[in-house]
Formats: sequence, C-alpha cells, structure tokens
Amino acid sequence: MKLLAAATLSLLATTSAFAATHPVEAGPDAQERLQIALIEAAPGDTVEIGAGRFELTDGLSLDVDNVTVRGAGPNVSILDFTNQQGAGEGLMVTSDDVTLRDFAVENSRGDGIKSKEADRIVYHNLRVEWTNGPSPDNGAYGIYPVESTHVLVDGTTVIGASDAGIYVGQSQQIVVRNNIVRFNVAGIEIENSYVADVHSNIATENTGGILVFDLPNLMQMGGHSVRVFRNFVHNNNTDNFAPEGNIVAGVPAGTGIMVMANRDVEIFENILSDNASINIMAVAYTQEFDDENYDPTPRNVIISDNIQGRAGYAPDFEGGAQLATALGGSLPPIMWDGVGGRIVINEETPAITLGLTEAGQSRTEAQPQPYAMRADVTDNRLDAVTLPESMESRLR
Amino acid sequence: MIRALIAFLGWFALAGLNDVPPVNGALIADEGYPQRLSEFRFFLDDYAQTPNARVHSYALNTPLFSDYAAKQRWVYVPEGQQALYNDDGTFDFPVGSAFIKSFGYPADFRDPDGEIRLIETRVLLRREEGWVALPYVWNEDGSDAVLRRAGRRMPVSWIDEAGETQQVSYRVPNQNQCKSCHQMNGEIELIGPNARNLNNGTRLAQWVDWSILDRAPENAPRVPVWDDPADGTLDERARAYLDVNCAHCHRRESGASNSGLFLTYDEDDPVARGIRKRPVAAGRGSGGFDFSIAPGRPGESILLHRMISSDPGVQMPELGREIIHREGVALIRAYIAAMEPQG
Repeated sequence: MKLLAAATLSLLATTSAFAATHPVEAGPDAQERLQIALIEAAPGDTVEIGAGRFELTDGLSLDVDNVTVRGAGPNVSILDFTNQQGAGEGLMVTSDDVTLRDFAVENSRGDGIKSKEADRIVYHNLRVEWTNGPSPDNGAYGIYPVESTHVLVDGTTVIGASDAGIYVGQSQQIVVRNNIVRFNVAGIEIENSYVADVHSNIATENTGGILVFDLPNLMQMGGHSVRVFRNFVHNNNTDNFAPEGNIVAGVPAGTGIMVMANRDVEIFENILSDNASINIMAVAYTQEFDDENYDPTPRNVIISDNIQGRAGYAPDFEGGAQLATALGGSLPPIMWDGVGGRIVINEETPAITLGLTEAGQSRTEAQPQPYAMRADVTDNRLDAVTLPESMESRLR
Repeated sequence: MIRALIAFLGWFALAGLNDVPPVNGALIADEGYPQRLSEFRFFLDDYAQTPNARVHSYALNTPLFSDYAAKQRWVYVPEGQQALYNDDGTFDFPVGSAFIKSFGYPADFRDPDGEIRLIETRVLLRREEGWVALPYVWNEDGSDAVLRRAGRRMPVSWIDEAGETQQVSYRVPNQNQCKSCHQMNGEIELIGPNARNLNNGTRLAQWVDWSILDRAPENAPRVPVWDDPADGTLDERARAYLDVNCAHCHRRESGASNSGLFLTYDEDDPVARGIRKRPVAAGRGSGGFDFSIAPGRPGESILLHRMISSDPGVQMPELGREIIHREGVALIRAYIAAMEPQG
C-alpha cells in the first residue's frame, strides 16, 4: 500500500504536481504580461489566456519546452495583432513539446503562428484569421510549423492567408486533420516534407485547396510519402491574391489538390467538386533552377476512390480555355502534365495528360490526350503516420 | 614590459584610488536574473560610462544597424582567465565573462560627442550552461537600468546630422528575441566579437594585452569597415554589411535556415547568396519580385525591397529595425547594380 502511494506520488511529480498555471487576462499592458508569462513558464506549465481581446503591438514568442498555451476558445480568447509594429509573426515557438490550443490570432502583419525546430508540437482548436478577407496585404502563412519532427495540426480554422493557411515546411512525421481552411491562396500546403497525413479537412473558397510541393535550393528537399485522404475539397475558386514571386502565385484559381515534384503520394477517398480549373493535378516544377540534388518531377502518385464532382469548367491556366473548348467545354477532373512517372488512377474518373516530357517545357508544346493507368497497389501502400502518444493525449 | 607596467599602474590607480569592489562575478556566473544593471558593478558610475577593472571598451569593423542608435560595447573576462582564439576566428569565453552593450542617442547628431541618452543596455552572461542574454531598460533619470525580460517599446527622438528631427518607436527586444538573433544550433552565440569583425590591425593585439584573449594570430581574418571605400571593394563591404546585419539568422545553423538564403561573409554559393534565388516563405515580402537578388537590377530585388520597408510583414531584419538605414540601402543598391545582369 505504501509502495503504491509512493508510486502514485512519483507519477504525479512527473506530470502535474509541479506544473503551474500562469493566467493572463486581457487589458492594459497585455503585451508585456503575456510575454512575461511565456518567458517565465517552466516545463510542464500552462499559460492560460483569458477571455477577451488582447491588443498587441509586437510578436510574442515561446522558447520553453513542454509548455501549454491555452485560451478559453477560438472565438473567446483573441490575440489581436491589428496594430502590430514589429516581428515577422504573431506568435513564434522555438521549443519542443509545446501545445497551442483554444485561442485565436487575428491580423498579424506577417505570419500568424510559426514554430521552428519545435518537435512534437500540437496546434489544436485555434483560429488564425485576417478579418478583412482575401488580400495581398495579409500575412503569408496562418499556421506555419517548419523544420520540425512530429507535427500535429488538428481542428483549427485558418482564413485569409496570402500564401498558405496551414503550411508545413521542411518537416517530417506530420498529421494535418479536422481543419477548416477558407479564403487562403493555398488552403493547406505540405512543402519539402516527408511522411504526412492530410485528412478529414474542409478546404473551400481558397485559390487551391491542398498542395503537396517540393522546391529547390533548400536544406530539406525530396518531398515524399504524403497521404491526402477523406478531405472535402470544394469550390476553391478565389482569385489568386498571392504577391508575385511566391510559388503559390502560380497556382491556378480553381485548383482542388495539386502535387508538384513529390514522390509517393496517395490521394484517396476525398470528395472534390466545383473546382473550376481541376480537381486533382500532378505536375513538375516548371521554373529554372540550379540545384543538382533536386528532382522537379512528380513520381508514383496514386489517385483512388475519390468522389469527383464538377471540375475544369473554367480553367485558369495558360492554354486551359482552348483545351477545355477542344474537349467539349471542360477539362476532366484529373490532369497530369506528363512529366515524371507512374501516375496511377484507380477510379472511374476521366483524366488527361498534357504529354509533356521535361520539367520546364513550355505548355505550348503540350500534346494533350486522355490518360488512364490502373495498377494493383494493394501491397504497396503507405503506412498511416503515427505520432507519439504524448501528442494525442494533449488533445484531451 | 612598459605596457605591462602601465596596465599594472592603471589597475593600481583604480584599486587604490577608490578601493571599489570588482565586478560581481557571481551574478554573472550563477543562476538568476539580477533586477538592476548596477548589481553587476560593471561600471564605477551610475550612468555606465566609467568601466570597472577588467571591463574594456571595444568597437567593431562593421556593426549591426539599430535605428541609428549610438552603441557602447564592453567586454569583461574574469581576472586570471582568457578567451581562447579558435582556428575559425571565433572565441571561447570562460564562464563568468560578460558582454555589455548600451544603446542610446545623442540629443543632436551634429554634436555626436555630446551626452548620449541611454535607452537600454543588453548583457550577455557566460554561464556554465552557455550564454544568457538579458535586456535592461534605463530609468528616466538615468540612475539605473532595470531588467525587462519582456522587452519594451518607447518613443525616442533626436536631431539627425541634417538637423531634422527623427522619431522612432524604439523596441527593446524581449529575452527570446535576444536569443532568436544570437542563436546557432539552438545555443546562444556571440555575433559581433569574433576575429574578423574585431581585427583592424591592432585591436586583437590589444585584447591580448588586456589579457582577455590568449593569442592574436598575424593572419587573423578580417572584414572591412562597411562604409569606408578605402577599406574594401564594394563586394567585400556589401558582404560584410550583409554578414553582420543578416547572417545571424540567414545561415544554415540559425533562424532563417529554412529560407535557403545564406549571407555569411564567406558564403560562395551564388543561389544561397540570393542571386536569382526565388523566395520560399516570403509572402508579401517578395514585393512581387522573382529573385532575392536580380543581378544588375536592385529595383527588382527582394533583398533590397525588404531593406527599404518598415512594415513588419515585409521588412528585414525582422527585429531591431524600425526605420530605414539609408546608407546601408545605398551600399546594397550599388552592390546589386554592379552585378552583370542575367536572364
């Protein structure tokens, strides 16, 4: 009995016995009080953001491991950066095992919430929004984990990002699920990343719904092993409002799911409809680059069991309109540019290839034709991404 | 010998005249965050102008731009100890060492030697676990500076060299922001004090004379003074400026590693240096341009675009600059303009 009591005590000690809560209420000096709490929190502690609107003038940052930042709800505890004067993001996290949940970030001048080299981070039940709607003056990314291992973005809402609502870059072991992304240029973007599950999200009214990209000249390249499944990708027809120069500025309005320069990507059991350019496309990186370690082509993309509604009725890319006319008024829901290889389509949906053979080749040289390729891939499917139990338990 | 004698006499004079206690080494090395700058006893006067024993003033060839603030830099190494000069030109400081950097403005830049109103003093303390960075903000009456771990924003104004009144909402960084610039591979590192930025021909030897550095190699590396055309080529001076103002983040080991833009002085990969490099996560920082540096076309270069902005979502550096550095912009404009256009 004594032993049991001792064991219980020691268990408490490692979990909550020494954990402190740092409550911070809205009001004057919110900037300093909230930032002090984020600095003075010890591992295991919780910074509790009260109800109301916190008017902030500078970016906030957290650099302590194993801290929870928790609000009273994504429409209740609001970090308002409308008058932000400094820092490139609203909230920056640079420590491991951090949980961010139940609050909102509004109108940050740059990115909303960024986490860099922050392993096992959990984003849950947050809202990041630019409240004036789509505008090139909005910040780039809403939720922005980068260079991290084990990332969970769950149950968030991101609205109005001028690049990607949820952007995961140069990371690995990633789950992005149960989110709503609206009125962003890209709803969700997985870039230069390995092993990701993007599922059960609603991507609507973006320029492009879900992007899986890889870019050259970066520390981590060769994006692979990404599953995009059971998402609702509907009506992503917002005009592209990304500032020129950014890669997403080239995403045609009306794009559902777009894979560029990745390998081993599975797209299945999604519902896609009313994406005016295309529901699903797999393409090569088209710009010039100087990087011998970079492969610009899409390879081994498996598209299966999606429910496909209307698509391709107003394609927003060069030559798209002529192509649609030639095909009787609209494009089929799936398009491949023809570069790379082994694009498998295990469903009844019509598809087209542009018949290009090299990355960067002009689309004026396209030789479009219907495309079909079925293959038995049952023995060769990607495993589900499994995150450490410590991450899932933080959702409870 | 004579030098040693003078140093000895100087020490004797200080110690004998005032019989002041030395720098409080325990506060530097031990845990905790002293609330007031004066507790360290780095200075003999309240206003941090007269250094205590083993606290030495120094300067850099090419400094970081900080909203035209005047800076006073001091280094302290405990008695009987020295920093070790590494072969790569960085220094390892012993536990108990400190760097002290005060930021302030003369009331009128046409009289730069007039009294400087101090705004803040940042300290870097070398502890067993590594460097710790702390910001102290000066009282209105200049009697002491108080620890502000969350940083602070305050209005500051001065008269510039042209006689114009300048105003800035001056931002004292918070403790995390100190680290975000000073970190490399997750640890806090020094930015300015290394061989190449200190080396002006005499300064390293002076550090050895002060017995705070173990050696001063004849062939120590050197970066030029960024605004002295006699001291380096345009390319060298621009590289020095970008190194000091950008490369604390824009290097493979630091905060902007994910950008792929690396601006250390010795970086030679043209794409990593920004030449015809496309943006990655720039957002509206791109300004609608395709490349960090469009050779020969400064007006179409993202790098310059972000230097001439004061919008937090666009500007670079992200921290520590509220106003535009006109002279730095002119240097980088000339550097890009001098490049052979491509494409």
